[in-house]
Amino acid sequence: MHTLSRVLFATFCLVLGGAAVADAGQSSAKPPANEDCLACHSDPDAKRANGTHVAVDAPAFAASKHGPMACVDCHADLATLAEFPHPDTLKKVNCASCHDAVGATYHDSIHARAREKSGLNVAPACADCHGKHDIRGKEDLKGRVSHAQVPATCGACHDGIKTKYDAGVHGAALKSGDSRAPVCADCHTAHAIQRADTDASRLRATAECGSCHASVVESFTRTFHGKVTQLGSARAAACADCHGAHDILRASNPASTVSPKNLQTTCGKCHQGANASFVQYDPHPNPRDYTRSATLWWANRFYWLLIPGCFGFFGLHSVLWFWRSRKEARTPKDGSR
Amino acid sequence: MINATLERPTIERHPAEGAIAPSPPLHIRRFDGPTRALHIVIMTTFLGLSATGLPLLFSEASWSRVLAALFGGFHGAGLVHRFFGAALLLAVVWHVANVCWRAFVRGERGLFWGPTSMVPQPRDVVQLFQQIRWFVGAGPRPRFEHFAYWEKFDYWAVLWGTALMGAAGLVLWFPVAASRVLPGWMFNVALFVHGAEATLAIGFIFVIHFFNGHLRPGKFPMDLVIFTGSVNGHELREERAAEYARLEQTGALQGMTVPPPSAALCNRGHLIGTIGLTLGLGLVALILYAILR
Repeated sequence: MHTLSRVLFATFCLVLGGAAVADAGQSSAKPPANEDCLACHSDPDAKRANGTHVAVDAPAFAASKHGPMACVDCHADLATLAEFPHPDTLKKVNCASCHDAVGATYHDSIHARAREKSGLNVAPACADCHGKHDIRGKEDLKGRVSHAQVPATCGACHDGIKTKYDAGVHGAALKSGDSRAPVCADCHTAHAIQRADTDASRLRATAECGSCHASVVESFTRTFHGKVTQLGSARAAACADCHGAHDILRASNPASTVSPKNLQTTCGKCHQGANASFVQYDPHPNPRDYTRSATLWWANRFYWLLIPGCFGFFGLHSVLWFWRSRKEARTPKDGSR
Repeated sequence: MINATLERPTIERHPAEGAIAPSPPLHIRRFDGPTRALHIVIMTTFLGLSATGLPLLFSEASWSRVLAALFGGFHGAGLVHRFFGAALLLAVVWHVANVCWRAFVRGERGLFWGPTSMVPQPRDVVQLFQQIRWFVGAGPRPRFEHFAYWEKFDYWAVLWGTALMGAAGLVLWFPVAASRVLPGWMFNVALFVHGAEATLAIGFIFVIHFFNGHLRPGKFPMDLVIFTGSVNGHELREERAAEYARLEQTGALQGMTVPPPSAALCNRGHLIGTIGLTLGLGLVALILYAILR
């Protein structure tokens, strides 16, 4: 079978080559159809002169997001090429010729800058994450960029981080099939990835945590840490500063940064000298939850009476005073008062 | 602007000018220099504390970053807040020390009880009800003494508020040191109390105190007495009938007669008062915008 296909392939090439020669001299060449390309590239052993593979998995391509497209839609320089077999090196495929918005976003990312400015060629471009001929949408469970596959795709390079992520609560949730578990791109974004230690990234991360942990982030915004963060200062502790980022563990886990055992170390990162008393601070207070802090609950009650009481009483007092003063000013004085 | 009115009214005899006349003397001393200076310090620090604290209290409001940016961003606002906080605390500590010195060292009488005292007394409760009766037209205006009940409320609110907010502020400023004497969950209580008490104080001063002291008919747009130190005799007789009668009876009135404040002093008072009122009402507008939006 293998031999037969080779023979067929060689024959086809000859016929095609003959046709091409016969066509030479005519005004414009018709762009090759996908079948024309696959005639050579479907051979799993097809290689360039330097030995690198040029095989295309035809069924995989047909099943991909780009299946209905023509080869020359992406390999655009072949559309006008008259001579086949074509040269070994073609122009690089430019995904942004269709995906221009994503291209522009990527262009500003840390990955693109690593490639384009720093010449770090191992940094990923489109195909490194999305694949080449087997590109699938993120809603496609088999796709490299589907929710469940993202950690593996990023982990191809960021292996150490993936190990941490897998050990953390979010990685475990993903493994157990929880579709809400955040993956790399949820916090870091997919195309706009920046350094995670910039102020902008740190401030954005809190909102991302809040997209699931809404009440927890709401309680955080009641604290000094949260209010300062809301004002745009990245110096105060936000989620990841206490909980970690990739290796988040439950507080009940002794290895967790927020385990009671480790709180003095964690708080002590900023508050040097934090002792056992210090870490009784509640970073997620809720004045309406009596069980969380009775004192705070009572303080809340007290001021909810005091503030409306004061404003109500003296507000009415002022209104009445105003009314009486206006009235007295209008009535001519008769000396009775 | 602190002129020669520092002495106690009962000791000094001012060279009276036409004080024998049956009509009230032109101006009567009400606030001495240190008291007026204290008001200026409290005014300045309170406005500064409000303007630098509100961005944090209303951190989710659209104007919070803009207001903080006026002080060089959040960190600048924090520094200014701590500076004004320390200044206000020092001023209040100085005031309490001064009152103690006057009472216990100089043996001044009437500070803790009596007609000129700031301490709430049964008369104040009675006058509150009398005032409400007057509001609704069911009785005459009460005959107030040196300090009326709403003025005593203002005074004690500032004193109590500064002590409480100052203590809470210090806990938040030095949490690690505070944790040696307090459990850590007190930081939660301290932040909550600091914010709630701030809401109360800002609302009370910039609305109720402004109205009672300055904006109400008869005083509008402002009462200059806290800036000039003296009050018009007619006004005193009208507004503080009991005090006027007492001063007249004891003959102290003539000793307290002062020349009318100079135009320059009045202008300065107007300028300071206008700035204070404008900034305060502006901050109230921001709060209302954040709450009602």
